Amino acid sequence: MSAAAAVLGRELRLALRSGGGAGLGLAFFLIVVLLIPFGVGPDAQVLAAVAPGVLWIAALLACQLSLDRLFQADAEDGALDVLALSPLPLEALVALKALAHWLTTGLPLVIAAPVLGVTLSLPPAAYPWLVASLAIGTPGLSFLGAIGASVTVGLRRGGLLLSILVLPLYIPSLIFGARTVASAAEGSDPVAAFLLLAGLSLAIMALSPFAAAAALRVNLR
Amino acid sequence: MALTVRDLSCQRSGRPVLEALSFSLTPGSALLLRGPNGVGKSTLLRVLAGLLPASGGSARLEDAVLGKDADIWAERIAYAGHLDAIKPALSVAENIAFWAALFGAPRAAGPAALEAFGLAALAERPAQACSAGQKRRLGLARLLIASRRLWLLDEPTVSLDVETTARFAGLVRAHCAAGGMALIATHVDLGLPDAGELRLQPPRASARAQDPFLAGPMA
Repeated sequence: MSAAAAVLGRELRLALRSGGGAGLGLAFFLIVVLLIPFGVGPDAQVLAAVAPGVLWIAALLACQLSLDRLFQADAEDGALDVLALSPLPLEALVALKALAHWLTTGLPLVIAAPVLGVTLSLPPAAYPWLVASLAIGTPGLSFLGAIGASVTVGLRRGGLLLSILVLPLYIPSLIFGARTVASAAEGSDPVAAFLLLAGLSLAIMALSPFAAAAALRVNLR
Repeated sequence: MALTVRDLSCQRSGRPVLEALSFSLTPGSALLLRGPNGVGKSTLLRVLAGLLPASGGSARLEDAVLGKDADIWAERIAYAGHLDAIKPALSVAENIAFWAALFGAPRAAGPAALEAFGLAALAERPAQACSAGQKRRLGLARLLIASRRLWLLDEPTVSLDVETTARFAGLVRAHCAAGGMALIATHVDLGLPDAGELRLQPPRASARAQDPFLAGPMA
């Protein structure tokens, strides 16, 4: 337990110190969403129609922005070797790192999203569902990204490959996430899409540590 | 708790690096790995750490078998490779405190390890402001926080000054005197007169001879 707390504390501390990259995802999210009215024009109806999709797409892009350093930094300075030999299982390490990634990248997006919803004239009924869908969906994005990060850990310029590998895998989360918000905005029932998103996200969180740990073991060789 | 290595082989990308290597190490002794660059010293240490799979042969640490009892094996060894595993954004004390917590060592183990390597005065300094030798000392200090029987050290004295090298040799002697073992790949004279020496030879057989597509029934 103390080992798990130590890893989580270290990850958060490293992310929040200078050069750690926390806040980068949030800033990216803000900028991408704020660019949309400039691109599609200030018509409130058009903006409201694209808002659910835009907010979710911007969230996925912001989430995968800092994923490439998830394991790479530890692999480069030799820490991954020592972590692999520590009493903490690699699966737990993956889960803790993905959790720290979500706390520093996903959670700020969940908090900032309603503010950005206003700039896109999102109907008021959709706000609770926007927050709920991002709150349950973004952990899945961090955990799914951990698989991509572990596969590309030994590669130079792995970050670009990581985006190509991971973004297509985000499609199901995007569909159900954006659908939840859009349904609520249209006044229809968003529960079905939300439950599918939640189920998907929980399944990803349960399975990804095993897949990512297996990929890390191969990459340690 | 002796280490027994029998006919250990390892291939990297199909190229044989270690071939049928046998040796043993008894409690209280150190063994120096010698040999020219690229002969497989680091590979041997990584195999014995359990990070690289062996392609043949076996290694035992008392009742634990390499590759089968991975958890027990990992509890008995400490590995210090070429890289120091130091986070530049954390201070010296934070770096060692993290490893101490991860390995379940008592809180006092971190400061004691820093003291042993003469780093106590630098505890609050960010690791990025440390010199190469100071970083090396911080990396080696990790050996002292988890009490492990077998130390696997890959050129531990690189960038250490003469005084610290002597201090480090003293720590290795103390570790052995307490019943520990050390396997050390090095090119320098560490000042361990009692340590045995294992000279690695480059493998004779070429990859061609072992490749089923180039030699053997499928050729």
